[in-house]
Amino acid sequence: MSNGWFAGLDPDDDAAAVEQIEAGRADTPEDWPQQAVEAGFADDEAAYYDRLHEVTMAATSAAVAEQEGADDQQLVHAVRAMADCERTANELAERVAEWGGSRYGDSGSGVEYARSLADRDDEDEGDTALRTLAEQTAGLADEADSLRAYIERTAPAVAPNLSMLAGPVLAARLISLAGGLEALAKKPSGTVQVLGAEDALFAHLKGNAPSPKHGVIFTHEYVRGTRREDRGSAARALAGKLSIAARIDHYSGDRRPDLQAELDERIERIQARAEEGDE
Amino acid sequence: MTLPAGVERHDFGGETSLATQGQPVYGERTDGDWRRWDPHRSKLGAMLEQGMETGLEGDETVLYLGAAAGTTVSHVADFAGPTYAVEFAPRPVRELLDAAESRQNLFPLLKDARKPESYAHVVEPVDVVVQDVATRGQARVAALNKRFLTDDGRLLAAIKARSEDVTADPADVFDNVREELSAEYELLETARLDPYHEDHLGIVARPRED
Ligand SMILES: C[S@@+](CC[C@H](N)C(=O)[O-])C[C@H]1O[C@@H](n2cnc3c(N)ncnc32)[C@H](O)[C@@H]1O
Repeated sequence: MSNGWFAGLDPDDDAAAVEQIEAGRADTPEDWPQQAVEAGFADDEAAYYDRLHEVTMAATSAAVAEQEGADDQQLVHAVRAMADCERTANELAERVAEWGGSRYGDSGSGVEYARSLADRDDEDEGDTALRTLAEQTAGLADEADSLRAYIERTAPAVAPNLSMLAGPVLAARLISLAGGLEALAKKPSGTVQVLGAEDALFAHLKGNAPSPKHGVIFTHEYVRGTRREDRGSAARALAGKLSIAARIDHYSGDRRPDLQAELDERIERIQARAEEGDE
Repeated sequence: MTLPAGVERHDFGGETSLATQGQPVYGERTDGDWRRWDPHRSKLGAMLEQGMETGLEGDETVLYLGAAAGTTVSHVADFAGPTYAVEFAPRPVRELLDAAESRQNLFPLLKDARKPESYAHVVEPVDVVVQDVATRGQARVAALNKRFLTDDGRLLAAIKARSEDVTADPADVFDNVREELSAEYELLETARLDPYHEDHLGIVARPRED
């Protein structure tokens, strides 16, 4: 049996009630009004509903105030929206290319080709249909670009150290994958290293694949630009510094430029192994 | 089809429309206590306007998923009993709180409809789940929230095709959603909500016994 939000509460304790509405859990619903009356929490069901109205209003308005302040969540929305726009623009661009090839025989591809069609003059209705689709495709790609610009402006305010080391967009991606800055700050660096590689990680746990060495941090030049044999070390070093940066951003908000120098030095040493090996 | 008690066709200066009695919420036309329920602004309003057999009689206990600023759920609270309104976006919830101010039976909850454990300690078993979440995975949301429905309860869902897949043909999306939903629910009636809401499917369903 699970407990209702009122279990163990003093009926007049507003703060505790609000906390319970926000943080309580149960697997299945039960006849809470009846249970509350039986437990002596409320005199009758009408009194129970009056109290429920009061506390849900208070809890929900507190939760709204709390969440609206959390700018990391705005960043999460923006970076997910950017990914959606990019993906959809690319999908539509393929459709446009296929269609354009059939009408004009030229074989362009991608968003650039869609842009070139968007500027064409129409000769018939088919041209118009294809041109407006191409315009929408280009429009979505533009939207992705303006979301990227928004992220580049705001990520440094939300997570200055993380944005410095990872770049604003990768910083936003990591925050998004973790579900928020606080959640990211609480993850061990080994988890940060493979964030975004969940599929590969599950395959590994099922015994079908080697363990992934990096997730989305692969897009960082310090990982991508390191030769294959040393990429695991580079990813580990980078993830370690990113974790520290996320913790400082979440818990203190201080700026720590020395983190950048430390990271540069670690990576330099790792990349130097290639030269030593060559000799 | 009969309208639930508390919902009537009412005349607003020469135009007849669905209406409920309560404080206005979204600038809708009013006549005394009566407030116009605009089917263009409300998918449940459109389902009633289309004559779908929702089974609503009035006075039900309701769980409403995707309450947004409270446009529809305020009408629901006008004719229903205890009404739990779940919405996960903080911005519209500010307005939902205003709508709930004058409605003692409307309980706003800032919760994620994909995490029913986070509100099952507040929401009791209900006669009706209304769902209008317009997000990817609408069938899954319905399946996850089946636990709230009594054996003879009703799911009244509005499915937005573009939320599942912007590029696919809505008819295909609806087929998939119907199929996925059938694992947990017996579908009683489905109908497109055009012309009120383009590319939306209204669904009336009953939970299958586990
Ligand atoms: C089309 S609007 C609802 C309009 C509202 N039902 C009305 O008629 O007044 C969809 C709403 O569902 C909300 N939503 C989407 N996914 C949700 C989720 N997982 N949990 C709760 N709300 C969700 C969105 O934030 C949005 O406000």
